[in-house]
Amino acid sequence: MKELLVILMSAMLVDNFVLSKFMGICPFLGVSKKLDSAVGMGAAVTFVMVCATLCTYPIYTLILVPMGLEYMKTIAFILIIALFVQLVEMILKKKIPSLYNALGVFLPLITTNCAVLGVTILNIDSGYTLLQSVVNALGAGLGFTLALVIFSGVRSRVNSSDIPETFKGIPATLIAASIVSVSFMGFSGLFG
Amino acid sequence: MSEKKGNLYQLTKGIIKENPTLVTLLGMCPTLAVTTMASNGIGMGLATTFVLICSNIVISLLKNVIPKAVRLPCFIVVIASFVTLIEFLMKGYIPALYDSLGLFLSLITVNCIILGRAEAFASKNGVFASILDAVGMGLGFTLALFTMGSVREIIGTGQWMGIDLHLPVTMTLFIMPAGGFFTLGVIIALVNKLANKKPPQEIGCANCPNAKSCPTFNKDAQKGDAE
Repeated sequence: MKELLVILMSAMLVDNFVLSKFMGICPFLGVSKKLDSAVGMGAAVTFVMVCATLCTYPIYTLILVPMGLEYMKTIAFILIIALFVQLVEMILKKKIPSLYNALGVFLPLITTNCAVLGVTILNIDSGYTLLQSVVNALGAGLGFTLALVIFSGVRSRVNSSDIPETFKGIPATLIAASIVSVSFMGFSGLFG
Repeated sequence: MSEKKGNLYQLTKGIIKENPTLVTLLGMCPTLAVTTMASNGIGMGLATTFVLICSNIVISLLKNVIPKAVRLPCFIVVIASFVTLIEFLMKGYIPALYDSLGLFLSLITVNCIILGRAEAFASKNGVFASILDAVGMGLGFTLALFTMGSVREIIGTGQWMGIDLHLPVTMTLFIMPAGGFFTLGVIIALVNKLANKKPPQEIGCANCPNAKSCPTFNKDAQKGDAE
């Protein structure tokens, strides 16, 4: 139990996917303008990450490994994720329209989000068990959400401040992200 | 004559005018993650260029065969195959680079530059033009990564391509994640200052310069129209 907690916290804070592993930068910069869309995107990514891990892990251990096809994991995983995202979108639209309205717009963007493919491959490369993988995916997703939510706050301040013309827009946003990233460095070494 | 000029344009547009990283802001994740050293930047850039050229060739050859509705999964499979190929080649011949690029080598699959070019260019143009386009875009990406890597390596470690520069002061922060964001922000600002343009205001799907070519965004737009 303690071990799982360490995996969760380190995926969330120490090795934050956005701010120290640089995965999912596009949604981080694109969807962090408003707090509610940041929360929606974060929730959608967390959900897909956990479910994608649940799908890819058994396929890797039960199909690819016995057949000696470990090198196929990139191709297999991206297809599973693409399929899965499409499926979730269809199911949500039919069955739970309220959730679809909240998360739906973010779902198509997730297929090519490297954080999702990254977390599934990382789980395999780190040799985690299924439970550990799911916890790691959950931590990564929560960390992504945390970064987006914090950054949406920072960003509204950046946008309303007086900055040199050349730096307006993306350059100022990136430099603000750098400062947020510095603050996350404070967590390094927290769990050995 | 115009044909010749067209070819030259396809080749050079990716290097400066439509530089995928610094102007259209695509492929940000590898740009930030692997550029702690100039040599890593070159390695990542060339690996991406290789995948981009191969996938552009295959996709432009198959453009009439692939049904429009399932083109996105088809493109992804083509790209992922070449990524697997380059993973093998690099593991065999340049194991040191393979180790330092690590996970990001697999993540070339979801690099939006490649999917973006497949959708915007290769699926609409002939093989030769697609190759030129891929070479130009790939070199532009490599150049941006090399610049980022050089700046971060020199300021962060006082070395460049393994050569010790004997700098009096180094700032380790620059090879850390925070330094990546900072360097990219400053470089984009600088490029825009030199080009006398306004910096891009945001990356969002609707405002993304590739929105017209972005498969997911287009799908939504079509859906919206249909409803």
